[in-house]
Amino acid sequence: MSGDRDAEGVGAGDPLRVVPTDAPPSGACRRKGSFTPSLTLMGEHDLCPGCGEPLALRQILDSIEALGQAQRAIGVVGIGCYTALTSLMDVDLIQALHGRAPSVATGAKRMRPECLLFTLQGDGDMVNEGLQEVIHTAARGENVTCILLNNGVFGETGGHMTATTVLGQRTKNSIEGRDARLHGHPILIGDLLARLDGTAYVARASVHDAAGVARTRRFLDRAFTSQLKGQGFSFVEILTMCPTGWFIPTAEGPGYLDRELGAVHEVGELKKDGVLVGG
Amino acid sequence: MTASTERRLMEGSEAIAEAAIAAGCRFFSGYPMTPFTELLEHFARRLPDEGGACINAESELEAIGQAWGAAATGARAATGSTGQGLSLMQESMSEITRAEIPIVVFNMARGQGDYYQATRGGGHGDYRHIVLAPESVGEAVRITQEAFHLADRWRHPVLIYGDYLIAHTAEAVSIEPIDFATKDPLPPKDWAVDGRLGGTGRSRNVNPIGMEKGSKGIDPNRFWQALSDKEDRIAAAEQRWEAIGTEDAELLIVAFGTLARFARAAIRDLRAEGLRVGLFRPISLWPFPSEALVRAAAGCRRVACLEQNAGQMIDDVRLALLGSVPVVPIGGISTDPAGFGIGALLDAERIAGRARDAYHGREVPRGVVA
Amino acid sequence: MSRAPSRGTVVIDAARCKGCELCIPACPPRVLRMSARRNASGYLLPELLEGCTGCGACLLVCPDFCFEVYQLDAPDAAKTTGGIA
Repeated sequence: MSGDRDAEGVGAGDPLRVVPTDAPPSGACRRKGSFTPSLTLMGEHDLCPGCGEPLALRQILDSIEALGQAQRAIGVVGIGCYTALTSLMDVDLIQALHGRAPSVATGAKRMRPECLLFTLQGDGDMVNEGLQEVIHTAARGENVTCILLNNGVFGETGGHMTATTVLGQRTKNSIEGRDARLHGHPILIGDLLARLDGTAYVARASVHDAAGVARTRRFLDRAFTSQLKGQGFSFVEILTMCPTGWFIPTAEGPGYLDRELGAVHEVGELKKDGVLVGG
Repeated sequence: MTASTERRLMEGSEAIAEAAIAAGCRFFSGYPMTPFTELLEHFARRLPDEGGACINAESELEAIGQAWGAAATGARAATGSTGQGLSLMQESMSEITRAEIPIVVFNMARGQGDYYQATRGGGHGDYRHIVLAPESVGEAVRITQEAFHLADRWRHPVLIYGDYLIAHTAEAVSIEPIDFATKDPLPPKDWAVDGRLGGTGRSRNVNPIGMEKGSKGIDPNRFWQALSDKEDRIAAAEQRWEAIGTEDAELLIVAFGTLARFARAAIRDLRAEGLRVGLFRPISLWPFPSEALVRAAAGCRRVACLEQNAGQMIDDVRLALLGSVPVVPIGGISTDPAGFGIGALLDAERIAGRARDAYHGREVPRGVVA
Repeated sequence: MSRAPSRGTVVIDAARCKGCELCIPACPPRVLRMSARRNASGYLLPELLEGCTGCGACLLVCPDFCFEVYQLDAPDAAKTTGGIA
């Protein structure tokens, strides 16, 4: 593809054969996956290298498409880095205030019950600023799907502590690591919501590796399906990398996510069909 | 009850709710607070019968968020509170105005102390929204219906500035749907989201910052300038007022909302004494009917600003008149022990006394009325 | 390192790549590695070695939508990819 400036960069005499990747194969083949996710207007975005949010976005959009909801979906988007992704999403959207997406989704769903309503929020948006919105929306059993992209920091402001930052995690305003005595404890929002009677489906996923991304997709499919069945509030929390906000190299993001955040915000389904898993 | 031409004694809250429903309002959300509470009660009782929804929101923040979402799908939606609750809603009021979402917001205010909040764009950023102040239940019935029309006409929020008296006074009114759209056709809601355009390349994003699908970045400069230009057009087109006895008036009283009804009675008495006193009643507080006030005040010796607060509307009165006529305040803070705005100033005789002082150039008492 | 014939291959949109390296450890047969090549934005680019299975793991973990994945009908790298780079 365009952009290669130095096609001769691979050392001569390399024992491994490098396969060209600038054009589709010439022989008989089957395309298994395309560059951009379903329901996108373009593939480029300005999020940082190594960001986990576009991985989650792909699964959300692919799930909507696969469930046949492309022409019934309305997304309500909060304020965070992911807000920039709205320009490439080819689904109807309402841009909400920081934290307020669950209420906006509630109003939209009441007037358009035939639509698949989902929110897209970060941890600062949902668990800090808008905690009561998501809790009340869940408690009412509002038939919408709230999606949390949880990276444990305010990424857009440059890596500040949120309500989901784990103990010991260094952020710009917990520079020696989050200390419960000084900064309080993280909120495990998925666990909290699962306890409410209004929630039908609650799951936590992580995009730290390909299996995790595939699991994210399964959980999203189940959450949307729960909404389509009219079961009530559904919730998918997706742990995402933020190497910029964590001040680590991009390649270390997935490991850090799994080891640090994943150890506290444990991946798995918490509630299915209105019944607590293992409860 | 259903809409009918039958006149019925109805409390203002009920009449407003019925008028809103007659105007096609199908979504309401609110958080109880006197004197707004009864409005919420009536919507909660009536909207389900009309195929609509009323949500008892967990806070004013959520109430306006829910109305925002409902209106963004193209439904006629409303919310409200009293001034304090409106303060909580101001962040959303600002963003909704800039996202050009037509909603109607009721401030069943505790008196007239929320004039600044209502008319200055009470939240962050550069914006104004339409504010209409009825003086009676009957007028509130008409204005409520007109508010939904204007909101859709301009894709702009409309705030109705009511108060305790409007909310809790019963008047004989009939609720008939008023057809505004035949004379003033409404634009199609081709901006609203219904989900149906997903995947077509023409999907929408109802947003307050000028984000456009398919292009990175935003252009708030251009977006907000266009909004400002629209507000200029609204300001030119939507000024509403009532002027009484201004042809020969020596003294012009300016008052809005229910307080104007008391002024009206005072003026009747003053006229009977031979004093030439007129009334100018702004019905749209924004846009403020400045040019009409200038015309009404032409030939007056003095303009007396009557408002139940420490002096807020007087700014707009003075800005309109630009020193051409002396403006004196004859109102002031006047409320009841609960702070509901039911004060001693709501008294035609007392208002007449103050107007008499102003008429004769005497000093007018200010502040708390004994 | 696998020297098995490729059962799949990928197309990499080098212009979009931000060099985050997430695809490298995500590749089950370990046939992606960082090269010394840079794109116009200055980001180092990954390159593909023989042995791709077309599993699509790289596509799932790429934040910049750089991968298009193909499964080959006949596992024959030379014929389908045009030989050694």
